[in-house]
Amino acid sequence: MGALGIEVTIGEVIASLALVTIAVAVSFWRRTGLEGDIAVAVVRSAIQLIAIGYVIQAIFDSDSLLLVFALIAVMVVFGAFTARQRAKRVPKALGPLLIALGVAGAATLGLVVALGIFEPEPRYLVPVGGMVIGNSMTAAAVALNRLGDEIGDRAREIEATLALGASSTVAAAPSLRRALRSGTIALVDSTKTTGLIFFPGTMVGMLIAGADPVDAVRLQLVLLWVLLGSVAISALIATTLAYRGFFTAAHQLREPPQP
Amino acid sequence: MKPCPGRLPNAILRGPRVFASAQVDNRRMLFELDQIDLSRGGEPVLRGLSARIPEGASCIAGPSGSGKSTLLRLLDRLVDPEAGTVRYRGEDVRDRDPQALRREVCLVPQLPALLEGTVADNIHFAAELAGREPDVGRLLELAGLGPSFAERDAARLSVGEQQRAMLARALALEPRVLLLDEPTSALDPETKAAVEGTLLELRRRLGISLVLVTHDLDQARRMSKWLLRIENGRAVVAGPTSELLAAVG
Repeated sequence: MGALGIEVTIGEVIASLALVTIAVAVSFWRRTGLEGDIAVAVVRSAIQLIAIGYVIQAIFDSDSLLLVFALIAVMVVFGAFTARQRAKRVPKALGPLLIALGVAGAATLGLVVALGIFEPEPRYLVPVGGMVIGNSMTAAAVALNRLGDEIGDRAREIEATLALGASSTVAAAPSLRRALRSGTIALVDSTKTTGLIFFPGTMVGMLIAGADPVDAVRLQLVLLWVLLGSVAISALIATTLAYRGFFTAAHQLREPPQP
Repeated sequence: MKPCPGRLPNAILRGPRVFASAQVDNRRMLFELDQIDLSRGGEPVLRGLSARIPEGASCIAGPSGSGKSTLLRLLDRLVDPEAGTVRYRGEDVRDRDPQALRREVCLVPQLPALLEGTVADNIHFAAELAGREPDVGRLLELAGLGPSFAERDAARLSVGEQQRAMLARALALEPRVLLLDEPTSALDPETKAAVEGTLLELRRRLGISLVLVTHDLDQARRMSKWLLRIENGRAVVAGPTSELLAAVG
């Protein structure tokens, strides 16, 4: 029995792979070509979560904030590299992504500590930081992916606007608006439906672990609202910095990179 | 040699010929291009192109893919050459503020690309960029559109109407030069004649210089005093349109 009244055996973890076989079967049946990705996702999630479990255990044992910051910095770097894979049409996307995730993480964690919502202790900062960086990464990746598509597909409209003497900021504004919306809309929508057709992970975890439902709800609300802020910061910074890569200093739309 | 409607015979056009070169020097030069090299996607588009375009109405002609549209973008500094210089009224375009240059020398692209909203929204957008208060009705009239077009959704106009709306939007900047990339390519003969009439009227009423890309030499004859022909990214012939086309027959 675990500390909160729950214990999951290795056998039970392996049993849950039955659901993964359904996902693979669906992919084969409908020829979505995702079998490889699913296999990689399962293996990576197992290795990464087991590894991070030991790392978190070590950080909790050390009770060192320096190690917490180091872990979050590593998450930011990995998150930025991962998001860059989804933003291939955006030139020099890594820098904006690093800054976006770094600022989103620092601002969010700084704020929740400053407001006294969480104590500055590893057991709070590590899981909250992980959630913030993960959600910020997804938001920034979606936003930049959309930005690349927008500017690529609307190059004619953008250049026609530049030809009127508009700055690159003005010419890119409609694309930036749509990209920012894309990056944040998923979390906004899931926040709207939370509790009705969607139970967020933290709440589910706490309920399974035997926590009081009201406590679980309170913590979940804090996290949802914190995440809303962090994904907005992340998507805003990523798109605001990254769009400049599409233009020269003379407000010219750069030629798209060769495939 | 029999004249070939709409095309200059290659025998006439090949070779770096400049017709009536003495007359060129007497004209005020709008643009001077010197040894321009420019590539797109790793492929050379303009190669050592040198040409002069005087004030007034000029046409740039040439086969598809010869670099005509790229040349217009170069004149508007929407792209910079890898080598060579582009001068506008004697000044290197790189020494000018690119946004101010584009408001003075406004490019109207071949395919309409209006912003979301009404025609009036588009005109106001351009006018605000130039810090002007637009007279929407007059601009529409100059572009050959009635006042009822002001509140029409730009996305719901026909291609011909969109091209005129693009023209009205460009005129909101009060430019000194209009660069027009095949402005009648998608139009039926009646609309084409109307747009040509509009452009000639603009030239007459506002004194705007026109640089027009076209495939159609009959249009060049009607619309321009100066003709520049490019092939494979090089200027192959230039001169007064009447003199040059008279040589064709």
